[in-house]
Amino acid sequence: MKPQISKVIDGEMSVVLRYFELIALSALLLSMFYVTVTAAADDIPDYFVPPPPFSEDIFPCSGCHADMEVNTTRRKLDFHENIVLKHAEEQRWCLDCHNANDRDKLRYASGQLISFEESYYLCGQCHGTIFRDWKAGVHGKRTGMWNGKKQYRLCVHCHNPHQPKFKPLAPLPPPIRPDDIKYTESASDEVPRNPLESLLKSESDHAQEH
Amino acid sequence: MRKNTKKKIVSRPVDRRSVLKGTVMGLASLAIPFGTADASIWESFFQKHFREMNDDEKQEVIERMKTEYAEEYGVDFNIRTTNPIPGVLFGYGLDLSRCIGCRRCVYGCVKENNQSRDPQIHWISVLQFEKGHKWVNIFEEATKYYNPHEVPEEDFFYMPVQCQQCENPPCVKVCPTQATWKERDGITVIDYNWCIGCRYCMAACPYGARHFNWGKPRVAKEELNPEVHYLGNRPRMKGVVEKCTFCIQRTRENPGRYPACVEICPVGARKFGNLLDPESEIRYCIENKRVFRLKEDLNTSPKFYYFFAT
Repeated sequence: MKPQISKVIDGEMSVVLRYFELIALSALLLSMFYVTVTAAADDIPDYFVPPPPFSEDIFPCSGCHADMEVNTTRRKLDFHENIVLKHAEEQRWCLDCHNANDRDKLRYASGQLISFEESYYLCGQCHGTIFRDWKAGVHGKRTGMWNGKKQYRLCVHCHNPHQPKFKPLAPLPPPIRPDDIKYTESASDEVPRNPLESLLKSESDHAQEH
Repeated sequence: MRKNTKKKIVSRPVDRRSVLKGTVMGLASLAIPFGTADASIWESFFQKHFREMNDDEKQEVIERMKTEYAEEYGVDFNIRTTNPIPGVLFGYGLDLSRCIGCRRCVYGCVKENNQSRDPQIHWISVLQFEKGHKWVNIFEEATKYYNPHEVPEEDFFYMPVQCQQCENPPCVKVCPTQATWKERDGITVIDYNWCIGCRYCMAACPYGARHFNWGKPRVAKEELNPEVHYLGNRPRMKGVVEKCTFCIQRTRENPGRYPACVEICPVGARKFGNLLDPESEIRYCIENKRVFRLKEDLNTSPKFYYFFAT
């Protein structure tokens, strides 16, 4: 009898064990999935990133592209002629980053889709070290509070994704050389203005025009 | 005759010390212009050192200054005396591989900190260096007067220099009136009311970060920034020294804004944060980038880190 009982017990135990194993395994898998998903989400600091800087009236792309036939051959476009690709243009073309079938999305090299709001993931595919620094707040411009809410920017707010290299700027005027100082105490003279003020004004006027 | 004079010498209850004291006080009172002598002049003349004032005394001084500034500039200033935030030591990072020498920071600083437009004072100097030459030890030979149509120029790179907020500041050591000192959050500040304009600190500073008001500072009324700190960007007078304070009027708040130069930099080369916070941006720079500090051999131990990001 004894061995039989033990067999039964063994059998029951093994069934229970098998169930347990299954549950444990699925739980493990689930938790792994959860961890990777949440880790990916937590990776990006919860800071305000403004919406992508689309040209006016260009988005959603499906507004035009929905009715167009998809042509995946590399060619000179009749539309978007103002976009000149200078970003590894030998190896790349529009549809390597823009998704052919759903134009309102971008795509990874793997084919997975990504929204324009999260385009930093797309850039991060190649520029991994820069992406790491950006997440830490070291690459790129930060404004806001040093010990509070920070304003992040998308890569494309500063870099034109089609021509990412910065365009040269006109510098503000150099300081006055000691030899050139023409100071008099008379307060009637017009006080020189900060050249930055006029620059900021012209930039905001320019932004309003567009 | 001789006997008479000897008899006349009588000891008086006035000693040498009180005579000297009386003379000095008498002369000092003559120096104060009685014609316009109102309470304000007396009070500013006998104003205590900032660190010796209690909160009430500070408030009195602030009120007095507000009326003085309103009279002089026609602008209502909001003058803060915010204390350092406990557990904060400010540090600054500057990415030399990003800086393009556009001088936006120079004038952003001028806008924020009410520097005199004429005579001109800039707290930030952007130095231009030729690539491939010896540079960091001979930076006096660099130029800050470069003026091409566009920057960055081929074959050149740029290094903005401002107050390095040394942990061991030589300027503080030499001040004869203790008008400048290092605060607990690491910012070296100046009480302009105690500065006598001897410019010892300017001679002592190895970074050329201190600037002197040779004339009465002049700023157009519309360009004045009315949000000021007593130890920072409040309007200065002729004959005092001034310098970068990491925008003390912004950064000492909780939450506090980034300094103006960080905010305006178009290439994001400037980084700022709390050196005591392991999660801060500046700590990330120090731990992950190749940082250096200017003239480290002088043992001034700046809290301003230059680095080259990849």
